[in-house]
This record gives sequence, structure tokens and C-alpha cells, in this order.
Amino acid sequence: MNKKTLAFPYVFWSAAFIVIPLCMVFYYGLTDDTGAFTFANIATIATAEHSKALLLSIELSLISTVICFLLAYPLAMILSAMKVGQHSFIVLIFILPMWMNFLLRTLAWQTLLEKTGVINSILAFLHLPALEIINTPAAIILGMVYNFLPFMVLPLYNALVKIDENVVNAARDLGANKVQTFLRITLPLSVPGIISGVTMVFIPALTTFVISTLLGGSKILLIGNVIEQEFTQTGNWHLGSGLSIVLMIFIIVNMVAEAFFDKDGEGTAL
Amino acid sequence: MRSILRKCYIFLIFLFLYAPILTLIVLSFNASRTRAKWGGFTLKWYVSMFQNRAILQALSNTLLIALLSAFIATVIGTIACISMQAMKRRNRAVIMGITNIPMLNADIVTGISLMLLFITLGLRFGFLTILLSHITFNIPYVILSVMPRMKQLNPSVYEAALDLGASHIRAFFKVVFPDILPGVLSGFLMAFTMSLDDFIITHFTKGPGIDTLSTKIYTEVKKGIKPEMYSLSTLIFVTVLILLFLVNHSPSEHKQS
Repeated sequence: MNKKTLAFPYVFWSAAFIVIPLCMVFYYGLTDDTGAFTFANIATIATAEHSKALLLSIELSLISTVICFLLAYPLAMILSAMKVGQHSFIVLIFILPMWMNFLLRTLAWQTLLEKTGVINSILAFLHLPALEIINTPAAIILGMVYNFLPFMVLPLYNALVKIDENVVNAARDLGANKVQTFLRITLPLSVPGIISGVTMVFIPALTTFVISTLLGGSKILLIGNVIEQEFTQTGNWHLGSGLSIVLMIFIIVNMVAEAFFDKDGEGTAL
Repeated sequence: MRSILRKCYIFLIFLFLYAPILTLIVLSFNASRTRAKWGGFTLKWYVSMFQNRAILQALSNTLLIALLSAFIATVIGTIACISMQAMKRRNRAVIMGITNIPMLNADIVTGISLMLLFITLGLRFGFLTILLSHITFNIPYVILSVMPRMKQLNPSVYEAALDLGASHIRAFFKVVFPDILPGVLSGFLMAFTMSLDDFIITHFTKGPGIDTLSTKIYTEVKKGIKPEMYSLSTLIFVTVLILLFLVNHSPSEHKQS
């Protein structure tokens, strides 16, 4: 059996279901109803409605990515220092919530955040001011952080676990204090994990339409909502594809950054 | 002191991650139809769930698609990993690059790209289109978990098996496969989980007559979620929890580690 023929099923599959479909998005995005070439679909991103949605998406996803990073980095450090030894166990804890449907989990935040919801009842009991964030951008940020935090923790954990303890100890021996050791040894060595984690949080947060629908009420439109409506309600595939191309520019920038920092080409996600 | 702080931090993060799940479990026992108020303890949603044909149909669709797509993706992905071993560096880099596209690309873009493909091919939107899409986004998870195992393999062992007279297929199943099995299994599990939890790609590639649990929940959001959904998710979650507990405590785990 020739190993080259073994490659055929996957090469065929990835060409048919990954490469060609992407080309079709570009085809639809760069043509109009008559099939003539045009940049008009992409240019609609400059209209007030679309640019507002895009800017809001960028803003909310950037904030969520930063919050995820700030929450996840200490956690990953603690987990990697704990020497659980069972890599699979840590992965498991973060994968486990996925067995409960993600729409339901996100909806559960409505119950928790409502005016008379669980969190506000607890706050009222403690005589603290009520939290009124449901149907605001803050609720969307919370939903993003909640949904995508595991995608930040796992790559960071993988990167931190790989750091040779002797390197850290050597830095300490040579007189670096804890902060210096962290800034000059641990942090730089975890950069591949950071890049991977930032990508895995930023891209889904930037493009989501579900979280904004579930937690943002119906008034807040993100760029994902605009694209989703073009495909499922308005039926303007050309416009929807054009806006998707704009999104893909962000994705490509991210992929290039990742390829640049992760030279093994393996990713540290799993 | 430090270790208490650390434990508190871990506890808070896990509270954050698992609070909604706890909420859903509590809601599944709530006698009141709305999720806004507690109406007393009941098991009636667990009973009526089994009489709700629409929910059971969605459940069987979800499980069937998850199982089939994870299995097919595992076969294709594992074969791809084997073949990539023999490839030139550059070809392998190209294939790995393409493999990363569905992982890094936004789900919404993957979803609409597959939707456009199926429209052009004239496929009827339904079970098949969902299955094809799920296999597509599952393969990368399999490849990414099998590939590292593959790289650890010593090629001489396989060659030794061939020298000793084993056929290629026999040598593969006797020598290579047992070594990559943990990677294959975790790839399968990952693919199964991703398929089960997917909404966005299914949303764009499903037809009007068919629903998975995710798409069914999404259509119910505006009308109000039926409490049976909570009891069903609770059952699924608890089942998985028990299964994982059993797997982790079986003797085979010790051999692997």
C-alpha cells in the first residue's frame, strides 16, 4: 500500500469542503446579482449601520479578550505549578461544560443576571446595589468571557507546562527577583500560548451572533448579527459574503501572526 | 496563605464556569413554567420529556450526527496523519495549513461557505448536509490530537514488523495503531463533543424539516424554552459525568500513564 494514495481521502475532503467553499465566499462577495465583478459588497462596511456594528464587535471582543487573558493567565500558572500530572484531567474540566448545550448555558446567565435574578437576590441580601447589566453590552462581554475562557486557559496552560523549571530556577539563582523572572523568562516563553489563546478568543468573540442575540436583547447588533441576517432573512448572499470577507481579513492577520510565532506549525491549542 | 489564595482563585473561576450549569440543573426541577420564579420541586419535566416527540427526535439527530461525524472524521483524520508521515516537508506544511483553516476561521464564515457550496451543488438541505459539515470541522481536531502521537513513533518498529513478514495492514494494526490509540480516542472524543455542542455551523447547513438540540433551542428562545430541555440537558450532563468518572477509574488508565 502506497502511503501517497492514503493522503487522497483527506486531500480530496479538504479541497471540496474547506478550500472550494472559501473560494465561493470570495466569489459571491466580489460579484453582484448579475455575476459582474464589484467591490460594492465589501464597500458597504463603510455605511453607518455596518461600520457601527463592526466597531462595536471589535470593541467588545477586544475587551473580552483582555479580560479572558487577565483571568486565565494566573489560573494557568496555578494549574501548571500544581503538577496535577494528568494533563487530560485539566483539559477535561474545561471541556466538560460543553456537554451542556452552549445556548442553554448562555441563556442561564439571563436567569442569573435578571433584575430579580439569582445574583441580584444575593446582592440585595448583602445590601449591595443591584447589578443591571442584562441586555447591555456588558452582558455580551460577560457571555463572551464565559464562553471562550477555556480557549484561553488551555493554550496558556500548555505553554506554561512546557517551560523547563531549571530555566526559571537558573534565573532565580542568578539573582533575578520574582517579578524579573516572570517578565524576562516565564512571560516570553509563554508567547506562543498567548498568541494561540488570544486568537481562539478574539475570533469567535468578534464574529459571534448568538451571544449578542441571547444576552444583548434585540437592539444590539454585532457584525455577526448583520451577516447572519443577510443570509437567513434578507437573502442577500452577495452582501453577506462581502462582509464575511472583511471579517476574514482579521482572521488572516491573526493566522499570519500565529504562523510567525508558532514555528512548529502545530498549534498549542490541544 | 498563598495556597489559600490560589485555591480561592481556582474556586471562583470554577464557580463562574459551572454556575450556569448548576442553574440549569436547578431549573429542571422547577415546577413553575417560567424560569423567573421557583415554583417548588417537581420531576414532571423528566416524565413529559420522554413523551415529547420533537425533543426526542432532535436528541436522536444530535447523537447520530455526533457519532457518525466523529467516527468518519476519526477515520479520515487518522489516515491523513499516516500519509503525512511519508510526505515531503513542504506538502505536509500545506496540508497542515489547510487543516488549521476551520480551527482558526470563524464558525459563521465556515457555516456560510458550506451553505454556499451545498446550494451550488444543489444538495437538499437536511441530515446529509449537516453531517458533511460536522465531519469537515471535526477532522482538524482528530489530526491535531493524532499527529503528536504519530511524531513520537519510532519508524524502525514498523519496518521491523515488515521485515519479520507482517503485511502493511497487519503491521499497522499490531504495531502502529496501539501506540497512537490514545491520540485517536481523544480526537474522537473531542470531535464528538464539538459536534454535540455546535450551533452556528448547523444553523447555516440545516434544512427546514430537521433540528438538532441546538437549533431547536435557538428557535425556542423567542417563545420561551420548554422546561423539558433543561431536564434533557441535565440528564446528558450527568450521564457524561458518570461515564467519565468510570473511565477515569478503570484500570486501563494506569497503563496509559
